[in-house]
Amino acid sequence: MLTYTVRRLFSLIPVLIGMTLVVFAIIHAIPGNPAQVILGQRATKEAVKALTEQLGLNKPWYIQYFEYIKSLLHGDLGISLRTRGPINEEIWPYLMATLELTIVAMLIAIIIGVNAGVISAWFSNSWFDYTAMVLALIGVSLPIFWLGLMEQWAFSIKLGWLPTTGREDVRDPVNAMTNLYLLDTLLQGRFDQFWVVLQHLILPSLALATIPMAIIARMTRATMLEVMKSDFIRTARAKGLRMFWVVYKHSFKNAIIPVLTVIGLQTGLLLGGAILTETIFGWPGIGRYLFDAISYRDYPVIQSGILIIAAIFVFINLIVDLLYVFVDPRIKFTK
Amino acid sequence: MKKISVTWLLISLLAISMFLAGCGSKSTSGTKSSNSSSSSKKDTLVYGRGGDSTSLDPITTTEGETFKVTINIFETLVNYGEQDTTLHPGLAKSWEVSPDGLTYTFHLQQGVKFQDGTDFNADAVVFNFDRWMNGDDKQFPYYTMFGGYKKDAGHVIKDVKAIDQNTVQFVLKHPMAPFLKNLAMSPFGIASPTAVKKWGDKFREHPVGTGPFQFVEWKQNDRIVLEKNPNYWQKGLPKLNKIIFRVIPENTARLNALANGEIDVMDGLNNSDEATVKANSNLQIIKRPSMNVGYLGFTVTRKPFDNKLVRQALSYAIDKKAIINAFYGGQAVPAKNPMPPSIEGYNDDIQDYPYDLAKAKDLLKQAGYPNGFSMDLWAMPVARPYMPEGMKVAEVIQESLSKIGVKAKIQSVDWATYLDKAAKGEFDAYMLGWTGDNGDADNFLYALLDKDSIGSNNYSRYNNDQVHNLLIKAQQETDQAKRNELYKQAQVIIHDDAPWVPLVHSTPLLAASKDVVNYIPHPTGSEVLSKVEFK
Repeated sequence: MLTYTVRRLFSLIPVLIGMTLVVFAIIHAIPGNPAQVILGQRATKEAVKALTEQLGLNKPWYIQYFEYIKSLLHGDLGISLRTRGPINEEIWPYLMATLELTIVAMLIAIIIGVNAGVISAWFSNSWFDYTAMVLALIGVSLPIFWLGLMEQWAFSIKLGWLPTTGREDVRDPVNAMTNLYLLDTLLQGRFDQFWVVLQHLILPSLALATIPMAIIARMTRATMLEVMKSDFIRTARAKGLRMFWVVYKHSFKNAIIPVLTVIGLQTGLLLGGAILTETIFGWPGIGRYLFDAISYRDYPVIQSGILIIAAIFVFINLIVDLLYVFVDPRIKFTK
Repeated sequence: MKKISVTWLLISLLAISMFLAGCGSKSTSGTKSSNSSSSSKKDTLVYGRGGDSTSLDPITTTEGETFKVTINIFETLVNYGEQDTTLHPGLAKSWEVSPDGLTYTFHLQQGVKFQDGTDFNADAVVFNFDRWMNGDDKQFPYYTMFGGYKKDAGHVIKDVKAIDQNTVQFVLKHPMAPFLKNLAMSPFGIASPTAVKKWGDKFREHPVGTGPFQFVEWKQNDRIVLEKNPNYWQKGLPKLNKIIFRVIPENTARLNALANGEIDVMDGLNNSDEATVKANSNLQIIKRPSMNVGYLGFTVTRKPFDNKLVRQALSYAIDKKAIINAFYGGQAVPAKNPMPPSIEGYNDDIQDYPYDLAKAKDLLKQAGYPNGFSMDLWAMPVARPYMPEGMKVAEVIQESLSKIGVKAKIQSVDWATYLDKAAKGEFDAYMLGWTGDNGDADNFLYALLDKDSIGSNNYSRYNNDQVHNLLIKAQQETDQAKRNELYKQAQVIIHDDAPWVPLVHSTPLLAASKDVVNYIPHPTGSEVLSKVEFK
């Protein structure tokens, strides 16, 4: 298994290099001059020209690309054109903010989605099944933008239960260490802040969880139904095993692999696709960082941001593949 | 099986109710704590806005979001009035101008210190101007307001010198009428020389000035925290202890945060949300005095817009009142000139092109387009105070033009590309606008419609030598009455040439919690919050 893991890791290198090339090409195909955007609507044309040269944007694209790769190999993600700060340092808090949001959202999506799927399969064609699947259908089709604003309206303004935006109470900010605020507050023993941070997480993570939750529920239900029709389940039931164990132990274990794949894919998608949620909930995450970078044509930030998300995505897939073995040892790594 | 399903149902109901109860009980305690804190007077203001600053060194950018923060950290030699652009003492308590308009002598406030303890004096002023004039337009883009940099022929400042500790003198190469108004602009806030030397390029993240608030923290895309400057030279100010500028990009989400008490003030309120704010007894509306223009520009080098009659015909075909009622909630006035009426030199005698389709058709016929023509109409992709809903306004204009046989195809593209294409003159007709920097007519007419500005802000590529001569003459005229006359003449020619259809001068709206008092919005878009407090 170790050799398999190492081999898989090495095979990621060409994937990531290809990724940089594609991203680089796409970004440079977008019209609009970063120098113009940075200097603003009021800049003189001389200033724009001078900045373009200073940023090296007048060089041929392949030279720009090789310079980029060269510094990347030195672990240098470059300098943000807009803030002029090193991206290595800047990107970290954003990434952690999104990671925290995504983890909580995925936990919600998995716990509710998987259970809803299992129960729907167990009591297929019952009222629960119908309700859950109709809700799941609505879930996949809801625009997150609308959902987010509705959540704010209902839970914050009408009921006054939860805060609408941000990660913390800005009047009593969290002392960031890891930038995973739930962890930071616990490490500092600030349980009052932990609760505040958790409250801030609920609405955005629910909004973010909706689509994966629905997809996971539908996927789980489908695979569970398949497995529950099989012979060994019939045998298990004939032996008089309690239905709970039949469903949650025997069937679930066999139905989980396709679900794992979906979970892996969805986690990757969430990481990159949290832009809308982050915009509505004023969440300072990587989605917002990238979105701002795109509107400012901040090439280095766009490149590095997408590359990091892509890398995480690829790694999650690797982890999912490794989990297969854990769940089902029949899957061998001979090749 | 039935039994299990009932158990499950009960368990999930229990879980949900516990969750809801938990939220409910906690939030009551939350409200209580906020109530108790309001009994001991609130002194932290949370200001919600749509975008982050790009830098905290105001001279390094031209972006408005930056100045909202830096105006509270840095001060200028001369100040604008509280709600207008008249001139008042700032770091200079008085000044004299020589009769030839070439020498400005400023007497500085005494006993003022920068937030890092450095003394503010004439040397500090000289240091700042030296720093800027020795830079270039990519370092200090706004410094071009003084005609370029030290190396440039057009640079108007010949010399800046310290006469003594408290007196500083500027000698100009030729008279520059808007000189004092320029000095009052936020980018020319005086920075601590010690801090500039200490931080170098990093000064943009570690600003130090003489203002009422000092910088504490900047978490990008999230918040900027300022704290009261305990040694501020104006006694009794600032009233607040802390200001937190928070970024919440989405207008509706920002309003939700305001209604929920997470922020105390928000800018960029949608006109359509005015009623919501008014209906909420905890909130108030704050109106920013108007100093902007939203317009429909024609690129006059492109056919058929190179024909004056065509431009005039289209000017007759747009119903400004309908646009204002539909998209500005009535919070705007129709524009007839390229600058707002609040600016000195505004020509109120000009008669606007009335909404008259028959006249428009007639002019088109004279121009040789009896059956109209097809054109691209570029709509702004972003909301700006002068153009909150560009796409919808474009649809109304499209509808109007179709009535005179002109088929307008609405196009849009992201903001960065939009400005790029506009500057290159690639649009037939486009929507844009401008908010004044210093309340001077020059900042509208010369910046937007002079032939010198083609390639930068004269997106219409409008080139009229008569107008150019008037504007250059006005720049050097120090007698305000004579200047006003020159600007009025220029507006007559521009109105007749019709390179734009000036659409509106809008009143941008802010909303605040009811207990915020003394919030005095400034027409330039940024204001010092030193007098703001809570009831």
